[in-house]
Order: sequence, then C-alpha cells, then structure tokens
Amino acid sequence: MEKITSITPLLTIAVSVAATFLIILTGQKRPNLREFWSVAAGVVKFLLVASMVPAVLDGKTIEYTLFHLMPGIDIKFRADAFGILFALGASFLWIVTTFYSIGYMRPLNEHSQTRYFSCFAIALSTTMGVAFSANLFTLFLFYEGLTIITYPLVSHKELPESKVGARKYAIYLLGAAKAFLVAAIILTYNLAGTLEFTKGGLFPDAAKAAHPVLISVLFLLYLFGFAKCAVMPLHGWLPAAMVAPTPVSALLHAVAVVKTGVFSVLRVIFFVFGTDLLKNIGADNYAIFFASFTIVMASVIAISRDNLKARLAYSTISQLSYIVLGGALLTTSGMIGGIIHITNHAFAKITLFFCAGSIYVSAHKTEISQLSGIGRKMPWTMAAFAIGALGMIGVPSAGGFITKWYLLVGALERESLTVLMVLLISTMLNASYFVPIVYKAFFEKAEDDHHHHHEEIKENPMLVAPLFLCAVISVILGFYPDLIINFANLIIK
Amino acid sequence: MEDIILNRLGYPILSITIFLPLAGALLISLLRNAYAIRWTALLTTFATLVVSLPLYIHFDKTTYKMQFVESYPWIPAWNLNYTVGVDGISILFVLLSALIGMLCVLASWKAIQEKVKLFYMAILLMETAMTGVFAAMDLFLFYILWEAMLVPMFLLIGIWGGSNRVYAAIKFVLFTLAGSVLMLVGIIALYYAGGGTFDILALAKAHYPVNLQIWLFLAFFAAFAVKVPMFPLHTWLPDAHTEAPTAGSVILAGILLKMGAYGFLRFSMPMFPDAVKIFFMPMLILSLIAIVYGAFVTLMQKDIKRLIAYSSVSHMGFVTLGLFSLNQTGMEGGIFQMINHGIVTGALFTCIGVIYERTHTRIIEDYGGLARAVPIFTVFFTIFALAGSGFPGTNSFMGEFLILSGAFKTKMAMGAISIMGVILGVAYMVWLYYRIFLFDVNPKVKEHLRDMGMREALMLVPLVFLVFYLGMQPSVLISYMQASVQHLLDRFGAGGQEITAVKGIIEVLK
Repeated sequence: MEKITSITPLLTIAVSVAATFLIILTGQKRPNLREFWSVAAGVVKFLLVASMVPAVLDGKTIEYTLFHLMPGIDIKFRADAFGILFALGASFLWIVTTFYSIGYMRPLNEHSQTRYFSCFAIALSTTMGVAFSANLFTLFLFYEGLTIITYPLVSHKELPESKVGARKYAIYLLGAAKAFLVAAIILTYNLAGTLEFTKGGLFPDAAKAAHPVLISVLFLLYLFGFAKCAVMPLHGWLPAAMVAPTPVSALLHAVAVVKTGVFSVLRVIFFVFGTDLLKNIGADNYAIFFASFTIVMASVIAISRDNLKARLAYSTISQLSYIVLGGALLTTSGMIGGIIHITNHAFAKITLFFCAGSIYVSAHKTEISQLSGIGRKMPWTMAAFAIGALGMIGVPSAGGFITKWYLLVGALERESLTVLMVLLISTMLNASYFVPIVYKAFFEKAEDDHHHHHEEIKENPMLVAPLFLCAVISVILGFYPDLIINFANLIIK
Repeated sequence: MEDIILNRLGYPILSITIFLPLAGALLISLLRNAYAIRWTALLTTFATLVVSLPLYIHFDKTTYKMQFVESYPWIPAWNLNYTVGVDGISILFVLLSALIGMLCVLASWKAIQEKVKLFYMAILLMETAMTGVFAAMDLFLFYILWEAMLVPMFLLIGIWGGSNRVYAAIKFVLFTLAGSVLMLVGIIALYYAGGGTFDILALAKAHYPVNLQIWLFLAFFAAFAVKVPMFPLHTWLPDAHTEAPTAGSVILAGILLKMGAYGFLRFSMPMFPDAVKIFFMPMLILSLIAIVYGAFVTLMQKDIKRLIAYSSVSHMGFVTLGLFSLNQTGMEGGIFQMINHGIVTGALFTCIGVIYERTHTRIIEDYGGLARAVPIFTVFFTIFALAGSGFPGTNSFMGEFLILSGAFKTKMAMGAISIMGVILGVAYMVWLYYRIFLFDVNPKVKEHLRDMGMREALMLVPLVFLVFYLGMQPSVLISYMQASVQHLLDRFGAGGQEITAVKGIIEVLK
C-alpha cells in the first residue's frame, strides 16, 4: 500500500486546539466572535479531513510520525479509510453541533459557556487523534485525553446530580482503561514487540501459536477496557452522563465519545488481532455473546424509561453493540454492517438527541409521558424525531436499514441462528420504544396541563435547522449507502 | 583499569560539581543579609547545574564504564582513595540532584524567614552530599557522604518543620541510622572479603561465597530498604515528609528515596548476584505489598502532604518492582521512574508548599473550588497530578509502562497484581483533585487565596517541560543507562533462578 507522508492528520488535531486558545482569549464578553472560532475551526477541520479523502479512496494512506519513543512505540498518525470515515462524520457533526449549541445555551442562559466551547474543541481534537492513531500507544493517549476533557462538559451544570453522574462517568472510563487497557497494551507489546496497527493483525506467528489463551484474554481486556463502547456490564456510565447539557449528550454520547469506543474495538479487531486469529482462537464468540446480550438487555431497559434522554441513552447502548457485533461476526457483510453503522447511527442518534434538546428548550419537557400532542406545536422537531426513530428501528429508506441488512446477511453467512434472532428481537424492541413516542406526539391530544400552556411553545430555528439537516442526511445515507460502503470495503479488503 | 575512563576534560568536573555547593555554603556563612544569602544560594545551585552540563554532553553512551573518573589517594594505609566517577545510571542522578537543589532554593524563597543562613547552608550541604553519594566510586567515601546527609536533613525537618517536627526528625534519624549501622558492618566485612580495598569496581568484580553474599545482601538491604522505603520499613516516611518544610520534602522525595534504590543497583546487584537471585522473589513481593498497601493508605489520607508522601511508598514500590524484575525493560523502567518520581513528586510538594504559604492549612477538607479561585496554580497542579497518576503522554506513564512490561515478563501474576496499584494510583490522585479543585470555593480559605506569582510559575515551568519531554522522548534518558543496565544484567548470567529464598536461607543456616 502506498504511503504518503503529510502533516495533514496532525493539523486536524491542532486546528481545534488552536481554536481553544482563541475561544479562551475572546471570552465571555464577545460571544459571537467566540462561537465564530468554533465554527471556523470546525469548517477547517472538516475540509482538512475531506482533503485526504481522494488519496485514501485511491488506496493510499497518509502518515506522519511525531515522536519516536522507543522501538515499536511512536506517537504516529495515519489516515486510512477507517479513520477518515470516522473523522469525516465527527468533524461535520461538530459544525452542526456548534450551531445547535448556540441555539441551546443562549436561551437557557447557561453559565461558563467559554469553558463549554473550549472543552468541546479539545474533545474534538482528541477524537481526531483517536481516528488517526497509527498505533495503540497513540490511540490510548487520545482515548484517555478525551475522557478527561469531557469531564467538565458532563458536569457542566454543577448541580448535585451532575456531580454524581460525572463521577460515575470518570470512574467507569478511567477505571476500565487503567484496569484493562494498560495491561492489554503492555502485554501486546511484550508479545509482539510493536504496537503498530497492521492489517490482518500485529502478532507474529510464533506468539499466536505459543499463547492462544493469553491472546483470548487480551481480546476481552480490550473489549472491556474500551468502556466507551458501553458493552454490558460496563455500560452504567452512559445513562449517568446524560446529566450533561443536551448538545454534549448529542455530539459526545452519540458520536464522539461512544464512537471512539466502538471505533477502537473495531480497530483492535481488524488491525491488532486480525480476523483469522480471532476465528482460530474462538474469541469472536465471547464478543458476540456480550454484544448480543447488550443489544437485547439495553432495549428492554429502554422501554422502561420515561425520561426521553434516558431512553435514548439505553437505545445508544443497544445500538453500539450492533457495531461491536458486526465486527465480531468476522464475515464480510457483518463487518461492513458494523463499520457503516458508526456513521448511520451517528446521524440518526444525533437527530434524536437534538430533538430532545429542542423539546427541552422550547417546551421544558423531559419526560415522554408529557409529550402528548407536542407534534402539532413542534412539527419540524417531531418530524425529524420520527425520521431518526425509523433509522434506529431500521425501516427501509433509512440508513439504519442498510446496517441491519448487512448485519442480517452477516449472521446468515456465519450461519448463526442466535444472532439472527437477536437482530429480529431487537428490531421489535426498538420499534416498541420509539413508535409510542412518535404516536404520542402526533396522534394523542394534549392533556390539560395547568403548568404549561402549549400556545407558548415555539420552535427555535437555531435548533431546528441543525436537527433537520441531520435527519435529512440520515435519509440520504439510506438512499446512497455507497458513500460509506466504499470506505467499508476498503477497510476490510 | 580497563573499567574506567579517566576524566579528559582538563579540569576536575565531578569534584567541582560536588564541592561547588559546599563552597557556596561557606560563602553564605560569611553573609548577613537574608536577601544576599538567598541570591548566593540560587546562583550557587544554578552554577552547579551549568557546571555539570558538560558531563551529559561528553558522556559516552555506548559503554557501561565509569567515566570522568578522578582518583586521589586519601588514607594510603587503608588503601583508601578519593575516587569519583559516573556511569550511565549515576549520571542521571547527578543531574537530578542539581535540578532538585535549585528547585529547593526557589521553593523556600518566601517560606523561610527564620534562620535563613542556616537553612540555605543546610540545603547546599545536602546537595554536596547527594551528588557525592551518586558519584562516589569508593565505598568508604560513599558511606561518609551517605551519613553526612543525615545532619542537614535532621536540621531541615527539626528546625523549619511543622508542628510535630521533632518527633518526625528523630524518627527519621533513628530509622536511617539503624539501617546504616548494619550497612557499616557489611562494608567492613566486604573490605576484608574483597582483599582489603574500598574500590567499588574491584569489589564488584570479585566473587564471594554464596553464604557471605546472603549475609551481606541482608546487611545492605537494611540500609537501602529503609531509604527506599520498602514495606514494612516505610513508617518514617510519612512523618518526615509531612513535617519537613517544602524544600525538605522535595529533597526527601526527589533524592533521598532514590538512594536506596541506587544502592541496590550499585552494590547489591553487582556484588551479590547470587544472593539477588535468591532474594528477588521476596523483593518483588515486598514491592507489590508496597504498591497496593501504599496506595490504599494513600487513598485514606486527610492531609494533602501526607497523601503525596504515602503515594511515594506506592511509587517506589513500582521502582523496586522494576529493578528486581531483573530484565532490561524492567530495570530501565525502574531507573527511569526514579527520575520521573523525583521530578513529579518534587513538583507536587512544591505546589503544596505554594498553596500552604497562603492558607496555612494542609487539610483536604479545608479546600475546594481552587480551580475557580487560582486558575494558574490549577493548571500546574493538574499537569503534575496527571503525571503522578501515570497519564499517557507524561513521563510517569512511560516509566510505569516499562516497569509493568518487565514485571509481566518475569511473572504474569506480578504484573496483574501491580495493575491494581495503577488503578488505585489514579483513584487517589483524581479524588484528591476532585476534593480540592472542583466545585465551590471553601469559605475557610477563600480570602487567603492568591494565584501564583512569577517566581513560583518560573520554578515549575521547567518541570512541566520535563514531564512532557521525557514522556514523549524517554530515550533521551534511557539511552544513557542502556549499556550500564546491560552490564549489570550480565552479572546474573543466563542461568535460571533455581534457588528459592527458603532454600538459600536453609543453606546459610547449615
């Protein structure tokens, strides 16, 4: 494979760090200029990522080594198809989220907005870092950085419940990373002498033959060490983190943070172990087991949640495991399904979170039971919500359908009846917790409510425009899935 | 004399580095003005650092041999010489001593207002003794300087310390003396067994009977384990660290703790390789206890300084774990981590000193919300706290990485248990941070809080640089020690560690 040496991957990281300085310098007094830096950095970042697309689709990789620490350990960046796919989605959605944040934070008069926007910018830097890491060491560096920098965002409201939620967030993510990842990375280094991602796996044949059990254990350490992918039982941080303001939940807990988790898991499956090795040692079965369990259990819990964001959180947990499951199926279609779901789920889920935020800002409602008849007052928001929900369920014409199609084919290729059943059951469960919301919003009459007068509810265009854009894109991804399937093919080729 | 490279610089660079602080101390004894004393001390430590720089530039990294060696006869009747030199391991500690010396002077600029002259004389004397210990190539010279450190340290804790200073100072001296008396016995035995010489290199080349090795190992172990400190001999440390003034804590954590581990590297390992092979497993177990137990105790501390002090027990457990893994990676990691611990813990103690000068309380509960009140201080403390908890990208992470890699190679279970220490390491540091920096400012200290001044920021900036520079370029230091560590490992040969500690002891008792 042809390699190009270029500093571009590093620039995508640097641009939002630079923006952070500008954001802090501009400060509270000139909010418009301050938010301009976020948008500008987002656009530059997106263009930088996009500029690498032609070369990558051409089968080349773009590399840059920043530091050489010791043999086999570098701070090194590499833009390949997988990284680009992830980075494209995250950087584009950052721009959208910035606009949405303005519409969300200002009407609510949220405090510490400078801190909010600067932490957001760095969070995106670390996400790019994860996307473009060329080895486990660099990936771990940015992975941990993301945990730390999102802590102020999760605890942003500084209420007692945000303290509790943010603490849980930090304990789960930092704890799992230290407990499992550090050990896994060191053992990988001891076995392979390198941490460099290599297509088909980095372990030398001798190590594969000598330590099959250890390698299976390693795989589990990675699966749970990357607790951001929220595979049960290490999922508890995700609902807890919903104390964050909604734009944070939207971008970080539908796109950046959780996708960093599943991205890392897939990275490890494809580029550290390699599909053949996992098949030989049978470690894929563990991953399929845990992912399937999570898919079903999280959906069941979601049904019982009345708080809209909590339901979305459990839906996220369930959907993330689709991605892990897809990777672990180790069949062509399964892996494609897993990879494209990173993007499909991102656009659909961010739409849903945006809708939840819009409802909160305009109508001050957080519970699903309060949503009767809200579709008439907030038609754009709830229409977008319906589109996003269809994507989650996997109805044809939505991006989610393409995912499910590939996953189902993948399950058939593997001849696994269990996985097939899990997917079908989960589809029914998805429908059963999303359809009632849409039904309630559009077809139920508003109850007499003394506290809230529905006449006052007005949709905020600053919120509706971004969320509708995301909904539209999630449908486009359903009609033109080739946009991302091309990337997926390149990754697993 | 094939094991040494004489100093070719044309001037006695090591002797100047060692004795320049002593000269500064003598000069200070003539001064009366506190201001002049402070500046003299600062310039002396700075000059020492500058003078030592050619060492690192002209050092030949490809060899394990002692370099820049100077030797003068001292007491010919005992075959006693003044011999100094550095190899790839000790050169790093000479550098660390110079850095820490300067940090100490700066950190106590405002904090020390009484008996200023005596204070700075003590600091400079410490620096001479510390540098000398690391450069000494003669066992007797080593022992004299080792003991010489006790007096100024005793004064530092006993005069300028906190409320319980006398107790802490005496405890420190008693523990250390008890250990070094046994070492003295060991030294005398070694003198006769090694053919009447104090030359460390000659002693290291000789081969001693296993019985003698075991006894000598235990004698030296007493002194070194107290200094490290290894569990269960660590109890003097929290008292001494907590009661000492900032500069005293920095020296204790930065240099004195390293001397024990350095002693293992310089004496125990090359001189008693068979005993080390017998005792490496108990040493590893003691290290693991220190790591895990130390971290648990750290977690429960209510006093910031005591918390950092106890964290040293856990961190030094990692160091000895790395050293006694007895493989290249682990040993390099252990030595590297010693330097890192010196930098990071030194910086953390300095930070605590900075805030203590303002609030006069070290109780964690009295703090809260510092992030809002003193943002610049927060930035510095955050960096050092992250480094202290082994955050990737910082120097301590690389050290931890190498140590664990070495431990996993030696025994899988060892690595697995020490991972627990890693998690607890994050836990106590993050929890400390959570309690003193986040949320609302505690009204108890609110009115006293002022952010850092220029001097305080300037003394920490170089350390911030080192935290990240060594985190990204660990090879800068590791390249110095590689040849020396390799040479050390050659002493153990390729043979397995077939003798267990129990068998070894039974053999001795026979």
